Amino acid sequence: MDQKGYRRGSFQSSTSDEDMLEIAGASLDFSMADDDPPLDREMGGFSSYNGGGMNGTSTMMDFLEEPLPGVGTYEDFNTIDWVREKSRDRDRHREITSRSKESTWALIHSVSDAFSGWLLMLLIGLLAGSLAGLIDISAHWMTDLKEGVCLAGFWFNHEHCCWKSNTTFTDRDKCPEWKSWSQLILGHGEGAFAYILNYFMYVLWALLFSLLAVLLVKGFAPYACGSGIPEIKTILSGFIIRGYLGKWTLVIKTITLVLAVSSGLSLGKEGPLVHVACCCGNILCHLFTKYRKNEAKRREVLSAAAAAGVSVAFGAPIGGVLFSLEEVSYYFPLKTLWRSFFAALVAAFTLRSINPFGNSRLVLFYVEFHMPWHLLELVPFILLGIFGGLWGAFFIRSNIAWCRRRKTTRLGKYPVLEVLVVTAITALLAFPNEYTRMSTSELISELFNDCGILDSSKLCEYVNDFNSTKGDDLPDRAAGPGVYTAMWQLALALIMKVFITIFTFGMKVPSGLFIPSMAVGAIAGRLLGVAVEQLAFYHHDWAIFSGWCSPGADCITPGLYAMVGAAACLGGVTRMTVSLVVIMFELTGGLEYIVPLMAAAMTSKWVADAIGREGIYDAHIRLNGYPFLEAKEEFSHKTLAMDVMRPRRNDPPLTVITQDSMTVEDVETIINDTTYSGYPVVVSRESQRLVGFVLRRDLIISIENARKKQDGIVSTSIIYFTEHSPPLPPSSPSMLKLRSILDLSPFTVTDQTPMEIVVDIFRKLGLRQCLVTHNGKLLGIITKKDVLKHIAQLANQDPDSILFN
Amino acid sequence: FCEFLFPQVSTMFAQCTQKGASLVLLMVLLCCILPPPAQASKSSEDIRCKCICPPYRNISGHIYNKNVSQKDCNCLHVVEPMPVPGNDVEAYCLLCECKYEERSTTTIKVIIIIYLSVVGALLLYMAFLVLVDPLIRKPDAYTQPLHNEEENEDARSLAAVPTPSGARANTVLERVEGAQQRWKRQVQEQRKTVFDRHKMLS
Repeated sequence: MDQKGYRRGSFQSSTSDEDMLEIAGASLDFSMADDDPPLDREMGGFSSYNGGGMNGTSTMMDFLEEPLPGVGTYEDFNTIDWVREKSRDRDRHREITSRSKESTWALIHSVSDAFSGWLLMLLIGLLAGSLAGLIDISAHWMTDLKEGVCLAGFWFNHEHCCWKSNTTFTDRDKCPEWKSWSQLILGHGEGAFAYILNYFMYVLWALLFSLLAVLLVKGFAPYACGSGIPEIKTILSGFIIRGYLGKWTLVIKTITLVLAVSSGLSLGKEGPLVHVACCCGNILCHLFTKYRKNEAKRREVLSAAAAAGVSVAFGAPIGGVLFSLEEVSYYFPLKTLWRSFFAALVAAFTLRSINPFGNSRLVLFYVEFHMPWHLLELVPFILLGIFGGLWGAFFIRSNIAWCRRRKTTRLGKYPVLEVLVVTAITALLAFPNEYTRMSTSELISELFNDCGILDSSKLCEYVNDFNSTKGDDLPDRAAGPGVYTAMWQLALALIMKVFITIFTFGMKVPSGLFIPSMAVGAIAGRLLGVAVEQLAFYHHDWAIFSGWCSPGADCITPGLYAMVGAAACLGGVTRMTVSLVVIMFELTGGLEYIVPLMAAAMTSKWVADAIGREGIYDAHIRLNGYPFLEAKEEFSHKTLAMDVMRPRRNDPPLTVITQDSMTVEDVETIINDTTYSGYPVVVSRESQRLVGFVLRRDLIISIENARKKQDGIVSTSIIYFTEHSPPLPPSSPSMLKLRSILDLSPFTVTDQTPMEIVVDIFRKLGLRQCLVTHNGKLLGIITKKDVLKHIAQLANQDPDSILFN
Repeated sequence: FCEFLFPQVSTMFAQCTQKGASLVLLMVLLCCILPPPAQASKSSEDIRCKCICPPYRNISGHIYNKNVSQKDCNCLHVVEPMPVPGNDVEAYCLLCECKYEERSTTTIKVIIIIYLSVVGALLLYMAFLVLVDPLIRKPDAYTQPLHNEEENEDARSLAAVPTPSGARANTVLERVEGAQQRWKRQVQEQRKTVFDRHKMLS
């Protein structure tokens, strides 16, 4: 009839019009078997619902009746319906506001409801900060436990043990209270045998820690392994993973993170700290009804908690908020921006007051120098960016290949053994080289350090000319032998870290990525920085140096190169842009270095994007098949909605429920025979006109509840979704009204809608499914999984890898 | 070790997984961690002024520590005995760098002890679950139905989980047992998802 009005765009699919003709040819019948039959008060089986109200109040009564517990909740591994959650929250808010005018108690209730968000943020910040302090202090102590023990109190780590005593200028580590294991066991610390004993104890402690970690993870909370950020990204986009942010996961993740970091494995704690903070957020949400019952509001809180997590990891509150905005969150309403910042600040302040590093700094590798840099140095910085991009792409490819192997072959059957083997290899290779023996954060801290006259480490062993020192400002000097030794040791450390991190990330212990990538970048940066410095010193008469680097001036700062290298590598792996630069400049405390950092970050992102499109977290999401609809990619194919919808041509027709002609038994048969998560409700099978959409879970709960609690409901009772019960002879059993679980406003598109628009709708509104109509009649359904499979198919990936619902 | 992977019903040593008790535990943890730094214990052990002086002429480098307050933390107060004669003191002190540092030994001690006790408790609980639990549970083996898979997941997950014997969980003990049983089932499900089917987190 009206087909010309519905044609849009291409006429490619004209052949499928024959199928649609039979539907369009059905009689357009506006008869009484329709939406609102005249009022029939005889079938008053549910007078308690409709009691008294025949005009407008029936909607109010339906709304105010308490829904059954379980209705409106979601099953595990399912996607939430954002639209429904948001509208439920708005309804709740409206109700509270309207009630607040009635009594003082209701007014107080509405005020406290408004404040509950802020109180929740405060609590999340406090808890996240405290846990971060606990993790930092314990990790520090346990890392040093591999090398020795403090006699003045076993709970002190090396630095705190020697705090009180006078150490010498050259040997700042030695003090009488700290005993290495060989000193404790043998009585002396020198000699080959003592070295072997130290080596042996180091490997033993490392194995013990990692064994404990993997056993605790396997035994108590298997969800606590890995980084956590890919899964949190998926959860924040609307997926439900029950138990992923639970109490046990929190406890086990905190404990095993310390163990994993202390065992010397090449992993960091920033990613798991985000998971820990989100667990805190989820647990504290249970205190407030507003957040406990509503999945969409809860995800706002989780975004803020993720910001607090990054903030305590790096001491960068603004960077944390931007990280949450850019990397982790899917919908980030502006209202949560202020609240996230508040949570991040409270967390950072709590951590500062616990003072884990003894100098009021939040991070070990805070940079305090402010030496100027020259424009010509942008060339090496861009080189570092290219290195970062190349390394990032290489790491992502190899790590994904290794993780895929772990998933599909027998390697995955021995997680405990795998952890032990990797730890053994790491410890055996790490001990001989002093730069891998120290913890990675300390390594980064030392590499970021600018050498002054007060430093006596090997890396700062330049040839000094004492007569020309003026204050603390040392000129560029020739490298002494110590520097050359440090260089090749660092090169070996670089190679080792590049390869071992591939096998470490993704193991069954909590593992983060930030610190190892920063370490790789910092080592590369420092090597390049020292090379440039020596080049400028020995060839100060070359044209490129003579302009700005006269002999006796301090022009090149290798510490800055290390920082830029760290930023480049981190950007290459995670593809962070703004948040990376902001985190780095909050680490340095100033805006001087923003241009080098940005140059390196941009270069590394471009180089890495040219090789592979996805960052590490997106790659892991795709590897695991999570139903994550990428928000940043454009969909640029010309397919239509009817190419993607189900049922396809040769499939059986769409399973629908009619609005008032099916019995309880029919519905139960449908539920048992099919596994769909929801069913459209139509007026009748002939007309296929859409009434609404009902979810499987809600149907099951309501029917079971009705069978138990309501009298008269048997298998032949009619289920109706209309406002008033259909007319039936009085001898039939009482009917079951399920209008309250029906979604009366499902989203529909026509079959000719281009898929670009459909994908956009799914992304922007957070839909779970979308019905497809043709000429006003229901034709099929598109679910989020169908959309993901379609995108995967068009990108020539395996569409069967989309596992979840 | 195999029994550990398929735990049976528990006894009274269960850690209470109920909501209120664990929240109380969290609050207690917070209160234990926050007051020590809030007090800012200024015992003499915990503050110091650290001055690092580099090699100067023929004097080697040296590090000086002393407990002084922040206003006295400078080269003149801390560097004793002064290695250079009076007219050189100013030049020497210009090279030295003095920093005031504070720490809280109580915080460190408390945190390490809390951490070790939590690890110890978890290890004990794990040992209990592996060794003691199966011995106690031997007579009541297989009270749970053997695994149906995803087909019955809907019905099972939605209906309130019935206690195996059908009795109502009235006493605190039985409620705790029920909670622990639910928790064990959850962990088992998670373990299957992550370790066996590799559906997540690889």
